[in-house]
Amino acid sequence: MAQRGIREYNGKKMLAKYWTEYFGKSFSYPGKIVLVNPNTKLDDLPKKHKWLNEEKLVVKPDQLFGKRGKHGLIKANASFAEAKKWIKERLNKDTTVGKVKDKLTHFIIEPFVPHKGEFYIAIKSNRDGDTIYFSNHGGVDIESVWKTVAEILVPIEEDINKINIVSKLPKDTPNEHKKMFAEFIKGLFNFYRELGYAYLEINPFVVTGKNLVPLDLVARIDDTAHFEYSTKWGDLPFPAPFGRKLSKEEKYVKTMDEKSGASLKLTVLNPKGRVWTMVAGGGGSVIYTDTIVDLGYRDELANYGEYSGNPTTDLTYEYAKTILDLMTREKDPKGRPKFLLVGGGIANFTDVAKTFTGITMALRDYKKKLKDTDVKIYVRRGGPNYQEGLRIMKDLGKELGVPIDVYGPETHMTRIVDMALGGK
Amino acid sequence: MTKPKSKPNKTKKDYIIMDKNTKAIVFGFQQRAIQRMLDFDYICRREEPSVVVIVNPTRDGMHKCFWGTKEILIPMVRTIDEAIKMHPEADFMVNFASFRSAFPTSKEALLTKTIRSVAIIAEGVPERRTKELIKIAKEKNKWIIGPATVGGIAAGGFRIGNTAGMLDNIVASKLHRAGSVAYVSKSGGLSNELNNIIAMNTDGVYEGVAIGGDRYPGSTFIDHMMRYEANPDIKMMVLLGEVGGVDEYEVVEAMKKGRIKKPIVAWCIGTCSKVFPAEVQFGHAGARAGAERETADVKNKALKKAGAYVPTSFDDFDKQISKAYTKLVKSGKHKPVPEVEPPTIPIDYDVALKQGIIRRPANFIATISDDRGEELRYCGVKISKIFEEKWGLGGVIGLLWFKKNLPSWAREFIERVVLLTADHGPAVSGAHNSIIASRAGKDLISSLVSGLLTIGPRFGGAVQGSADHFTKYLYAGEEPSFMVKEMKSKNVNIQGIGHRIKSVTNPDVRVTIMVDFAKKNFPVTETLDYALSVEKLTTSKRNNLILNVDGCIGVLCCDMLRGIGYSRDQVHEFVELGILNAFFVLGRSIGFMGHIMDQKRLKSRLYRHPWDDIQYMMPDKPEKVK
Repeated sequence: MAQRGIREYNGKKMLAKYWTEYFGKSFSYPGKIVLVNPNTKLDDLPKKHKWLNEEKLVVKPDQLFGKRGKHGLIKANASFAEAKKWIKERLNKDTTVGKVKDKLTHFIIEPFVPHKGEFYIAIKSNRDGDTIYFSNHGGVDIESVWKTVAEILVPIEEDINKINIVSKLPKDTPNEHKKMFAEFIKGLFNFYRELGYAYLEINPFVVTGKNLVPLDLVARIDDTAHFEYSTKWGDLPFPAPFGRKLSKEEKYVKTMDEKSGASLKLTVLNPKGRVWTMVAGGGGSVIYTDTIVDLGYRDELANYGEYSGNPTTDLTYEYAKTILDLMTREKDPKGRPKFLLVGGGIANFTDVAKTFTGITMALRDYKKKLKDTDVKIYVRRGGPNYQEGLRIMKDLGKELGVPIDVYGPETHMTRIVDMALGGK
Repeated sequence: MTKPKSKPNKTKKDYIIMDKNTKAIVFGFQQRAIQRMLDFDYICRREEPSVVVIVNPTRDGMHKCFWGTKEILIPMVRTIDEAIKMHPEADFMVNFASFRSAFPTSKEALLTKTIRSVAIIAEGVPERRTKELIKIAKEKNKWIIGPATVGGIAAGGFRIGNTAGMLDNIVASKLHRAGSVAYVSKSGGLSNELNNIIAMNTDGVYEGVAIGGDRYPGSTFIDHMMRYEANPDIKMMVLLGEVGGVDEYEVVEAMKKGRIKKPIVAWCIGTCSKVFPAEVQFGHAGARAGAERETADVKNKALKKAGAYVPTSFDDFDKQISKAYTKLVKSGKHKPVPEVEPPTIPIDYDVALKQGIIRRPANFIATISDDRGEELRYCGVKISKIFEEKWGLGGVIGLLWFKKNLPSWAREFIERVVLLTADHGPAVSGAHNSIIASRAGKDLISSLVSGLLTIGPRFGGAVQGSADHFTKYLYAGEEPSFMVKEMKSKNVNIQGIGHRIKSVTNPDVRVTIMVDFAKKNFPVTETLDYALSVEKLTTSKRNNLILNVDGCIGVLCCDMLRGIGYSRDQVHEFVELGILNAFFVLGRSIGFMGHIMDQKRLKSRLYRHPWDDIQYMMPDKPEKVK
């Protein structure tokens, strides 16, 4: 997979767990934090976490999106009763953040920390190493004060202790904080590196007496490194980003995808769209979708769909049925035809005829519905045994009485998009 | 042919990382990929195979593969160290190690003196590890292709692993000889399509590299394009980028600064990302547009502005390539590379078979089961169905021995036979032998076989014998009295008649149960009835000459066979081929194995028969031969 976001809760818990290992005892972080999900019994929480009733609190959603303050999604300086009420008002409610709408399901509660200055630190992986970004002007949209940010590149495998951090801090760093910040940066960097982080941002952290307290934390972890870090990570969930609410059909395809070694993807963009794709290969599926958009049929595009990694006939059959079911539910209100693009590049070693078996089975099942909703099918594919695969599809068209046009590698991969939609 | 001759490598130009002289180490015993590399070598008319040694941590020796129609041996060693010592001229390693071991093996290879380029095929190598490899490669002036890639291909020269697919596709895309267009693609899956597009619109591919979909590919677009720029045999370049990351801008910069002057046709895929509501992760780890700059649209614009041929959509990619190429040829800067006829490579037997263009009589026929396909089937019945419908042991025996869907009475009868014959105590010869062998320290199978070998005419054979005797007279139409008389006159005991202890007045409960069951459920009991008539005659002579349990099973098996539709002739055939022994062996193996495990658990020591139980009767001297 790749870099994936983790919850602020898990990031802070990890920080608390390894705090003394990386920051010694110069300053402490107790890691008082509670995660609330729809199953949490709010009234039982203070039994386990006494501080909830003893301190003023901060509550905010923890679903991998930022700018919560701007969206009115932070409740600060609240009693536990107020916090509970605030959560109950929002839990499982649809909320719009930016352009994305989804349900709020996870919140964190922490002690409210009164403070003066707010600071910014982020560490980001890049090709040459990892870059530390530091500013004395945290707590705001950092882009707006980017001039105040100091950048410190730590090259690949370089020991951070060999870098004179104090000299690289921004000029406006208060003298009394310099040593403390340098120490904090070193500790945080080693934490980041040794626990397999790819991105770690604390904006802001604050200084209270001798302590540094991270207020807002965003983190991404490279999940391919699971085999190296799993003991340190423990049971670390990678939640789906906010707004990725899956429909029933998308969920079904996702389960098939997860259960098999093959790859099956479905994103429904517009169920009323007239162009449906069922494309072999990750790159190929992106190209078909691109081309539909680039040729100006963006509003007609119904889905993004990919199958690859040699799925079994049963899987391809189920996958194809899911798409056929979605696309043949109703006629186009203006009575125009619908299009199914069974596309793909030139396969390396997969037997093309064999991969078509599942698709033809599904097409047979949907014979009547395909006719009723006026579906036209375009096929383009190359690779081992493609001639036989194309013949099967062509014959199927005659058998079902559904127009199926087939093309091989001699036709440019995406030409069927224009053939179908350009009305040529 | 044993070891391919190794010639010292001619000094390569810096801009060449793979060509027709490249010798490679393949890490990982990927037999098909190795064969594909050799087949490619062959149709390129390379003088020598490109794979010179295989590293397989779990096995060494020689690996046999095809070189055209001939077979050759490629040495296989356990470590990279051995491989480089054996073939110092190999400067390329195709690394098929898993995502776990891709890092240490690639690192080791990059640190050697002789390996200059490493292609990492594995997906899921941790980003931090790849970065470490990039650092080493940079310091040592070496090349990494990948991770997460199919590799790349130098047309007419060298193929990394599985790149470019099947041979017919390779020939169709003119990859068996070098053209003049070089490409870099992020996606490996699309490289076949690129080969095809380039072949259709130009004089063909010179070289193509798929750098892989990771966030930090070991080498990037610019690394390869600077090589291509320096190589006079390459006349134009194709770049297929992707949404996410900023690596394409290095090419933009190089074009702007005039470091790249050759024509470039470029396209970044993922222009559709703007229509997705939330961030959808496409297949690749690197493919996620965070900032505006990382979107495909913005990259395509920048490439166009820098002077690349950029289509308005992928649909015109072919036309742009054709346009750039035609312009090149028209300007007189390039003379198209001529076509070359590739040698034919024999089709592999399994491929030809699949295509239905060859046939061969099979040496074996199997009619009872099939383990191919998605599910194991016994005589056409899926194993899942057997469980769902609770066919049981009897049902399975019916399928595998008789190829019949047995009625429930027959299934139950078979199971009863197995249960009844499962054991008869430790003293009988078979169990005894199993115990002795087990106590001699032999393994379970040897001990079991030792016991089974005693089954025959005297032990356990009564089941078989009784079926034999009774059917013989019954089917011949003889009266029971005739049978008794004739057997007596021949001085042969009727098998299945007689018991050491049991008698008419003290019947064997096992026999009673089986006879009752048969009477109640069997459609045919002719052999049983015949045997019971014989029993009447024999018990009138002596009280204990009853139909014993072996005899009862023997005759009932014959009746069962009749009941499930076999003719008398067929039953006779079954009896001849030893089917009754089969029932006995199957059942009694359970008991033997029980005794063997019993002895092992008891840790019984070697059995030695006591002297005092042997009557030594040795003569003083041998008999003299006259």
